[in-house]
Amino acid sequence: MKKNNILEVKNGVFEITLTINGEKLVLSTKNGESLLDALRRWGLKGVKKGCDTGDCGSCTVIVNGTPVLGCLVPAVAAHDGDIITIEGLGTVQKPHPIQKAFVEAGAVQCGFCIPGMILSSKHLLDRMPNPSEAEIRKALDGNLCRCTGYVKQIEAVKMAAKRLR
Amino acid sequence: MNTKTLKVVNQPVAKMDALGLACGEPAFTDDVDLKGLLCGKILWSPHAHAEIKKIDVSEALKVPGVKAVLTYKDLPRVPHTTAGQGYPEPSPYDTYTLDNKVRFVGDRVAAVAAETPEAAHEALAKIKVEYKQLPAVFDTFEAMKDGAPAIHDEPDSKNIPDAKHNIAAKFDFEVRNGDWFKEADFVLEHSWKIPYLQHCAIEPHVTIASFDHFGRLVLRTSTQVPFHVRRIVAQALKIPVKKIRVIKPRIGGGFGSKQEVLLEDITAALALKTGRPVKIEYTRRETFVSSRTRHPSTVRMKAGVKKDGTITDAEMEITLNTGAYGSHALTVMMCSGSHTLPFYKVKNNIRFIGRSVYTNMPVAGAYRGYGATQGFFAWESLMDMMAEKIGMDPVEFRRMNYIRLGEGSPVFKAMGEGREGVEQVITSTGLLEAIDKGLAEIKWTQKTVKYRNQSGPIRRGLGMACMMQGSGIPEVDMAAATLKMNEDGSFNLLIGAADLGTGSDTILAQIAAEVLGIKTDDIIVYSSDTDVTPFDVGAYASSTTFISGGAVKKAAEKVREMIIEVAAKILDEKKENLRLEGGKAVSKNGASCSLSEVANTSLYYYDQHQITASASHFAHTSPPPFQANFVEVEVDTETGKVKILDYVSCVDCGTAINPQLAEGQNDGAVLNGISHTLSEEMEFSSNGTPLNASFRRYKIFSAADTPPVRTFIIPSWEPNGPFGAKSVSEIGINGPLPAVANAIYNACGVRLCDAPFTPEKVLAAIKKKD
Repeated sequence: MKKNNILEVKNGVFEITLTINGEKLVLSTKNGESLLDALRRWGLKGVKKGCDTGDCGSCTVIVNGTPVLGCLVPAVAAHDGDIITIEGLGTVQKPHPIQKAFVEAGAVQCGFCIPGMILSSKHLLDRMPNPSEAEIRKALDGNLCRCTGYVKQIEAVKMAAKRLR
Repeated sequence: MNTKTLKVVNQPVAKMDALGLACGEPAFTDDVDLKGLLCGKILWSPHAHAEIKKIDVSEALKVPGVKAVLTYKDLPRVPHTTAGQGYPEPSPYDTYTLDNKVRFVGDRVAAVAAETPEAAHEALAKIKVEYKQLPAVFDTFEAMKDGAPAIHDEPDSKNIPDAKHNIAAKFDFEVRNGDWFKEADFVLEHSWKIPYLQHCAIEPHVTIASFDHFGRLVLRTSTQVPFHVRRIVAQALKIPVKKIRVIKPRIGGGFGSKQEVLLEDITAALALKTGRPVKIEYTRRETFVSSRTRHPSTVRMKAGVKKDGTITDAEMEITLNTGAYGSHALTVMMCSGSHTLPFYKVKNNIRFIGRSVYTNMPVAGAYRGYGATQGFFAWESLMDMMAEKIGMDPVEFRRMNYIRLGEGSPVFKAMGEGREGVEQVITSTGLLEAIDKGLAEIKWTQKTVKYRNQSGPIRRGLGMACMMQGSGIPEVDMAAATLKMNEDGSFNLLIGAADLGTGSDTILAQIAAEVLGIKTDDIIVYSSDTDVTPFDVGAYASSTTFISGGAVKKAAEKVREMIIEVAAKILDEKKENLRLEGGKAVSKNGASCSLSEVANTSLYYYDQHQITASASHFAHTSPPPFQANFVEVEVDTETGKVKILDYVSCVDCGTAINPQLAEGQNDGAVLNGISHTLSEEMEFSSNGTPLNASFRRYKIFSAADTPPVRTFIIPSWEPNGPFGAKSVSEIGINGPLPAVANAIYNACGVRLCDAPFTPEKVLAAIKKKD
């Protein structure tokens, strides 16, 4: 049976079509499963669960060009969506300039908040190639970090902005 | 000695795991998929203090998908401590994996393992518990009174000094040199308070228990103390150490909360019961309620001072709330005095009175700063009060009294961690330089003049605070390291040291690389796994750089000797003429051979052997890092809002093995302290139920909240540390409470002694003054 163009394969299990990191996929999700839990179940472990209540930003992913908290969105809502996770931004072999800047600035301590923070930074720099420090702080405001004091993360975003311009 | 000849140490080498983590590589405890993994959940006590009269799990077991339900009836009753400390632990043995009594809202009642989280939750709801509620006590001073409810009245707990009065730990000490306060021109006394504070590591606590193909228990867990976890789980569940393997993957921050056996025992018990792998992961709410916190405290300090600036007497009385269990109860309390009282010269008398008290509240434990946070809030506030009383500049007053190079203190010997300490003198200090740097950076002199005559509701002020910490626990902490050489001249460095996000893997590789004359990326670091890596007490007490670093340096020196022995044969040269440099063994006459040639010779060609060595390190002293903190604040005297305009933190950590990572450690510690100072406080209902157990309600600073924080590394050379290094990780958290309190006083004449300094409290203090 189809609801809003989503196939319900059996009671409470849906088949959804979406693009993740450039790859078009058909995946199943249970009723009520968050996008965060689904992405992790699908193997994208770079999406982190820090609170599951929409407060820490560790599960930030980009859906249709906008940063979204994966824990607050049902996976079914991502049907037909275009999702970028940290894995889609760059790899150890071929890192994105923001990822490199975070490493070089010393912005990664425990690293748990970093995927979300890098995706928030990417969204900022996509819109604003030359952000002020206040704009950087505002863009990272939804991504909590307890290790760094944000000092080197802000430096990293400045460094990446310069290189991407 | 100095750092000028160093090639790898003291360089900002990129943190070796940073790129993988920035790319979202699956590196953390929960980033693995195990076949047949069960979901474990814990039933928490809704009561502050109650006896479990009856517990019926029959309906819970009927829930489809439920594989096990455990209550106290199913497990051995073994008193132990959850504190991940060296054996025998100085914390009381007052905890049972599951018990027939609950002691706070959020205490363990039962545990469930099920195929899905939904089934586990349903099973929890179907466990029928009949409680007999007991009178509860939430205040430390009430809890110590005669007739207060005894929280640990069970006969089998051990090392509780006075269970009847809920005293989990006590320590008194006095240096007596004449009558108290006889020489003092002024005697000042005041009390300072710190509330319940949470660590807020962004990765929640998580443990996965599974079995290897020998049937041994494998615990993959977010811990700072893998070897202590192995020992304590073995103890609590009565299984041999050899049947347990503990793996510490990447850890998403700990700050002390993961120096604790919080989940490993119960997850292991569920796995053993079901024969299946089981995961328990705390929710964010659970990390607030049922992990650990900083010990809320009241510190009363009384000191005597002469008009010439001599401190004649100092008395510190600290009362810590340890909550329902005494994890780190004795040691945090002792460190509140042992890290603070030696810092200034006290001419005649010193007294310390410490009590850690049980209440029916969440359990306190290790938290970055470890008592020094509480102690320095009082001591450094009182220093400003004394300076004002005698009309001396607070900076001068400190300069006159702080502990100098070559000086000791009777406190070092009298107060260790849970036992007598070790006599020591200061063997390195950059405090004077740190003070000078901070004064210049904050523009102390100019601004002091500028802010002297302010009018209007917005007032600015300056404050400072100095401090010290330690570098490991002397004659207690031990670390070991193993290095082995590969064909290409690279090395595996196996260490028990637990990198929890601090960068210790990287700095330990830098130490090895420096000794071996190679680059850091020729060292492959693995930490830590009780099956593979040698012993290390773990990441706590600011010990890793100093203690584990010492072990790595020794192991590398042994390996260097072995390499030179082989190279001497290859080059037909005397050993004493060879050194390692640039990935080669180089002789005085210029001949050289690559490390790869040395490795291949030793592995394949003649007199074959593996070039490898292990070494251990422990220390007889704990050289303190020093720090000077300066802050400029703006107080809105109409609203009570305090804004930090600039925070300058100058830290002497000896040689910074990696200056970039050392700065990062300090930045983070300072911001955590600022967040404590202005925002954080766990709130409770009348029965001890946490009311703000979420990031939404318990506000830690975000990027937009964060004021400018500037860290400056002040180099010194610690002769007992690896390449002159001391610790850096904890000290920075202790500065903001006293520095900001002093700055608020400077701005508007009110002294804040009850953290956090919320607008309500600041405004109330201003109104009281007016």
